[in-house]
Amino acid sequence: MKARIKAMPEAAAVRQPPVKKRKMPPWTLLAPYAVVFVVFIVIPVAAAVLLSFTYFNTIEPPRWIGLQNYVDLFTTDTTFLKYVVPNTIAYALFVGVGGYILAFFLAWSLSQLTRGVRTVMAVIIYMPSLTGGILISKIWAVIFDGSEIGYLNYWLMRLNVIQEPISWLTSSDWLLPVMIVVALWSSMGVGFLSILSGITNIDKEIYEAAYVDGMKNRWQEIIYITIPSIKPQMLFGAVMAIVNTFQTSGVGVALSGSNPTPNYAGQLIGTHIEDFGFIRNEMGYAAAVSVVTLLFIKVMSSGANKLFAEKE
Amino acid sequence: MKLRKEKKPRNRIRHRGMAPEHFDVGQLKILAYMVPICIVMALPILFIVMNAFKPVDELFAYPPRIYVKNPTLQNFVDLFQLTSQTNIPMSRYLVNSIIITVLTVVLTIYLSAWAGYALSKKKFKGRGFLFSVNQTALMFVPVAVQIPRYFVIVYFGLSDNFLANVLPLLAAPTCVFLVKQFIDQIPDSLIEAAVLDGATDFQVMRRIIMPLIKSPLATVGILSFSSAWNSVEASTYYINNDSLKNFAFYVSTLSSQSGNVVAGAGVSAAASLIMFLPSLILFIILQSRVMNSMVHSGIK
Repeated sequence: MKARIKAMPEAAAVRQPPVKKRKMPPWTLLAPYAVVFVVFIVIPVAAAVLLSFTYFNTIEPPRWIGLQNYVDLFTTDTTFLKYVVPNTIAYALFVGVGGYILAFFLAWSLSQLTRGVRTVMAVIIYMPSLTGGILISKIWAVIFDGSEIGYLNYWLMRLNVIQEPISWLTSSDWLLPVMIVVALWSSMGVGFLSILSGITNIDKEIYEAAYVDGMKNRWQEIIYITIPSIKPQMLFGAVMAIVNTFQTSGVGVALSGSNPTPNYAGQLIGTHIEDFGFIRNEMGYAAAVSVVTLLFIKVMSSGANKLFAEKE
Repeated sequence: MKLRKEKKPRNRIRHRGMAPEHFDVGQLKILAYMVPICIVMALPILFIVMNAFKPVDELFAYPPRIYVKNPTLQNFVDLFQLTSQTNIPMSRYLVNSIIITVLTVVLTIYLSAWAGYALSKKKFKGRGFLFSVNQTALMFVPVAVQIPRYFVIVYFGLSDNFLANVLPLLAAPTCVFLVKQFIDQIPDSLIEAAVLDGATDFQVMRRIIMPLIKSPLATVGILSFSSAWNSVEASTYYINNDSLKNFAFYVSTLSSQSGNVVAGAGVSAAASLIMFLPSLILFIILQSRVMNSMVHSGIK
């Protein structure tokens, strides 16, 4: 029996002598993706770096000005320093870090429930992340409508919390909090699903063994078993949370209907790029902001890497 | 005495295990907060569904009512009769969106399946490096490089070209990553056997790999569907010709363009529903496959 199995590959080779086909190099199948990857990701990132050292208004050719854009960004751009940086940090903390913790918490909670309930709830929680920028603002405009027929204004007025309707979407006090709520609502995407399926697939015997070894409660269970067992999924979730934070930065513009947002209340680094690049046509400057954004993302994800990467 | 000591922890384990098979009282605590959270998550969607079927007087009734009393399809009828400022019927945008989305989904599925297979199973120099580049690109945020991307599109002559709607979306590092992680689990012996029988790479893909990676491909399908269906980037920046723009872009112009807030709200809700439903239905159909593929989604 054993001999027959061993002999099989040879037999097959004899039966079908290696036909001399046009042999494809092993990377052929990768090539189509590699082309779009280079054209739409690698080249734009490289171009952003190069353009960031130039003055470029799209009419004259770019002029090399060294680090001037970066110097301007951190010294004279009062909008950037006064509004964009604090807004972006607050937004990143609530939507990025907060959203990530929430994703873990929701995924863990779902893992404690039976399959049917878990599936229905996972669909409901994931559903908002399918909506995308424009749709999100359309959906939430109903709730945050500035007149008395907006649901939130109506309920708050009925409960006597407020006397006058608040224009949530154009008020400089409220726009950022509203953006954070809306972005959190829509941030339970692939990262959340990844963590959820990570947790539900942990081998149950590990828990049993740990309880035998003296583990006492759910808290210890999460710290010592659950999180260490799903480090790869936690890292993937973290990267997705970071990306989502920056990718949804247009939500303020979509909600308030203007860029710059009223009094720069909802101005984030992503909308700052758009403001300078496509509205003021200062492409070199906008590219410098892009590079700063990419560096910021890189720093955040190396942090996540430190936390969760599996040490070899 | 000894017996009792052993029994106690066993009981606790059964109640605290992950992914329980049966309902028990301990789950009530979890349900007590998860049910309200799910209601909050679902409410905004419910509002927009209700609004889409409300007649004008109910949309602007005071006090506002969540549910609809006399449902009507008038908003949808109005939506389909609307034309944009440049006299392009709404149906044109919808057809554009359908073509763009189908093209994007099909191409992304093939590109990421091929790339995932090559990165996982083919041996060539620089493979590890290329995969780590792709993994770094998971963090890639298109918003951050929208300016140079725009120049790349112009340079390659893609501005005002229908393909500008599709091509940038095909560069999807997350999709390739998910597929590659999944293919890593497929034993090499399966492929080797086929290769010995003289199968080409394309035959291996079609007969062996594709049927085995339906789960990650379902996830790729969902992700690329919602990115293509919801994308306004191309229509806003790369394309000036209105007849090539997509439905999401059209929806974004609705309220500002009709000028009439009263008529706008209902039409806008109807349009939002059309925007949202396809993604939701697709996800509900594919959700078990998606969950299955997520098991291998981790970054190691």
